[in-house]
Amino acid sequence: MSSRASIWDEARRDPALLLWVLAAPLVLYVFITGGYLIAVLHFAAIYAIFVTGLNIFMGYAGQVSFGHNAFAAISGYTSAVLTAKHGWEPLAAAGLGLCGALACALIVGYPTLRLRGHYLAMATLAIGLIAYEVAVQWGSVTQGYMGISGIPPLGIGAWTVTSDRALLVLLIVLAALAVLAAAGIRRSRLGRAFVAIAGSEDAARALGIDVAHYKLIAFLISAFYAGIAGSLFVHAVGFVSPEVYGLHMVVLTFTMLYVGGIGTVAGPALGAMLIALLPETIRSLSDYQDLAYGAVLILILIYAPGGLASLSRLWPPRRCTGAA
Amino acid sequence: MSDTASAGRILEVQGLSARYGHVEALRPVDLYVGNGELVAVLGPNGAGKSTLMRALMGLVPTQGRVHFRGSEVPRHNPAAAAAMGLVLVPEGRGIFGPMTVADNLELGAYLLKRDKAELARRHERVLSLFPRLQERRAQVAGSLSGGEQQMLAVGRALMSQPKMLLLDEPSLGLAPRITEEILEKLAVLNREGLSIMLVEQKAPLALKLARRVYVMSVGSIAAEIDPRTIKSHDELARFYLG
Repeated sequence: MSSRASIWDEARRDPALLLWVLAAPLVLYVFITGGYLIAVLHFAAIYAIFVTGLNIFMGYAGQVSFGHNAFAAISGYTSAVLTAKHGWEPLAAAGLGLCGALACALIVGYPTLRLRGHYLAMATLAIGLIAYEVAVQWGSVTQGYMGISGIPPLGIGAWTVTSDRALLVLLIVLAALAVLAAAGIRRSRLGRAFVAIAGSEDAARALGIDVAHYKLIAFLISAFYAGIAGSLFVHAVGFVSPEVYGLHMVVLTFTMLYVGGIGTVAGPALGAMLIALLPETIRSLSDYQDLAYGAVLILILIYAPGGLASLSRLWPPRRCTGAA
Repeated sequence: MSDTASAGRILEVQGLSARYGHVEALRPVDLYVGNGELVAVLGPNGAGKSTLMRALMGLVPTQGRVHFRGSEVPRHNPAAAAAMGLVLVPEGRGIFGPMTVADNLELGAYLLKRDKAELARRHERVLSLFPRLQERRAQVAGSLSGGEQQMLAVGRALMSQPKMLLLDEPSLGLAPRITEEILEKLAVLNREGLSIMLVEQKAPLALKLARRVYVMSVGSIAAEIDPRTIKSHDELARFYLG
């Protein structure tokens, strides 16, 4: 098979890659013009990291989690408390936050991943709710509903990312690295094991795949992504409160995942961008804004039930040749 | 268990039983499979044939002992059973639909890890056995026909170079011509020395291939028969119905 055909087939399999190329000029336009939309793109890039990780657990490995906001919260609050209250370097604080998120994922994941389907969904939902309650109730550390402000921007030593444009570039680079890493995982032996588990746990077991072990690995990898996103958020915004990682985040990230295309490599990140930008593009509709937002989501899911990544149906399939 | 190995038995099962909650789906069964033997397991729906296969692999909680090639298969550890060379082609094929045929085959050799030369050799062997998979190599497995999917399921199992194949209803939902084609391949593999245990609803097909037959009924083995002694459908029905 020629390399040209491979690229075509790759694009057919995951057209979100192609849509990203189309989205690039929009990002460039926002970068040049600046203003409020830059902040929207900051959120989009951070959420892209979060949902790309969630996609590894839910899309590749076929599991369900309503609780990854907890890992973002652990990492984000650790970063916020250590930098704003104790004067830590953002990078060191984020690193510790990430370790905390991973440790929590390990402790929680080991027993809960024995559950399947709705039971796993309920257990993970409980994890998210517990994290939210801790953030509200542990006022001496988290400041409760008041939240923590004065969180310093990202940086190393004397170098800090203070301009919006520099932050956008950094976040887009990090989001791109996150997507590339997810693509690498999908193509690897590990990724194939995840997809096998999603297909049939029994069939995967019968091939010698240790299902419990790989489910835990997928959970930890996605918690790692959530932890990074959680820390980036607090340093990008400079403020954190329990609402940031509440149920709204769960709904938002699920919407991004499904609108972009669960199980695809670049779809979730595209979903993050679309869902972050959509309210801004329909803001002029004022009172009808929510109605339009809902209508757009419904239309996408009706005409592209596999998410934006399923738009490959719009162009005809190419005959597969025998060679791989 | 060197006795069993020296007695020419690749698989020896003693008092194997399995439950789904409070339901005893498999009552304690004893059976064996000789080295290079093709044994069929027949029986009506709900007789416990598929549960027997799953229990042998450790896919359901079990009681009893399974010895394979002289060693005890750890209970409820399918990965260990697969590593020992006992491989199941499950009912309904269990292929991974979103992956390509090539990726499915590669997963069959999951325990091989990074030996690319050996992987390529196994690919070659499976594709020579099922040339149709060669044509479909880059195709998504979910888009294959039922027969091709069954070929892929068997091919994927062969990628692990099993010492024994457990096949759960390979003819399920397939046209007679395709079924015969697949069973012919199994006969070839058996002649090459691969031990096979075949669960099959279509008794005449299984009787043609098997050297020995276990008939199951209500979760236990009702009879062990020599297919050559079965002269008519009525005689077979007697074993089914008791």
